[in-house]
Amino acid sequence: MVHWTDKERSTVRAVWEKLDIDQIGPEALARVLIVYPWTERYFGGFGDMFTATAVLNNSKVAAQGKVVLKALDRAVKNMDNIKGTYAALSRMHYEKLNVDPDNFRLLADCITITVACKLKGDLSPQTQATWQKFLSVVVEAMGSQYS
Amino acid sequence: MTPMSLTAKDKDTVKAFWAKIAGKADDIGTDALSRMLVVYPQTKTYFSHWKDLSPGSAPVRKHGQTVMGGVADAVKKIDDLSAGLLSLSELHAFTLRVDPANFKILSHNILVVLATMFPTDFTPEVHVSVDKFLAALSRALSEKYR
Repeated sequence: MVHWTDKERSTVRAVWEKLDIDQIGPEALARVLIVYPWTERYFGGFGDMFTATAVLNNSKVAAQGKVVLKALDRAVKNMDNIKGTYAALSRMHYEKLNVDPDNFRLLADCITITVACKLKGDLSPQTQATWQKFLSVVVEAMGSQYS
Repeated sequence: MTPMSLTAKDKDTVKAFWAKIAGKADDIGTDALSRMLVVYPQTKTYFSHWKDLSPGSAPVRKHGQTVMGGVADAVKKIDDLSAGLLSLSELHAFTLRVDPANFKILSHNILVVLATMFPTDFTPEVHVSVDKFLAALSRALSEKYR
């Protein structure tokens, strides 16, 4: 089980409270698709994603971005059992969606950069460390049911 | 991941963005290094000779300047990074012997700093071009390793 100090718990909550899921979600997912274009393989029915502008204006990308960030809320609320919280979601991404789990790491990095744009100086080095620790636990949980 | 080659658009994007941020290069270097040492403590192993590894300390500031000087040089030589960074590449290969995985780590922290300092300018298009540039730079630096 992952060990969290009180300070780490409050840091993750404090960062999360500053985020508007409806803004951060779409931007983070758009960044993944633009910065790592091979990730488009998982979003075949989304229509035009040929240019950065198309991705940024794509309503399906925006909607999916919100879905993903809403799911992250479950980890924020269940920090002591992130692995259990995401077991079913992990299995679904493996068996049904066939997602290479390395993509979870790429998405996590894009979420961090989107959060950095939003929080600016409030994302201190220590806050960044705690936030990235949290996301790495999420990434590991999302890959945990791949076998 | 093998870095792809930089397109003309990537080079123009990097040069234009660099022009905007060059004035803050020292701050960027200091902040990126500070974050790297805090967020990835294993990187501290390369700096055991420093008295103070805390964010913004004198050795961190000085080294941040050195690193960003190298990045500035790379922007100038963006059309041929392998040739342009030859001596830096040899330095990293034979003297510093930094595990190349750390180039990715520092690059990530540079991106985070750019996001915090230039949130409106660091658009997804700029993000991808800068990411590709840093990856190409890292590859040039590790070219002489083996």
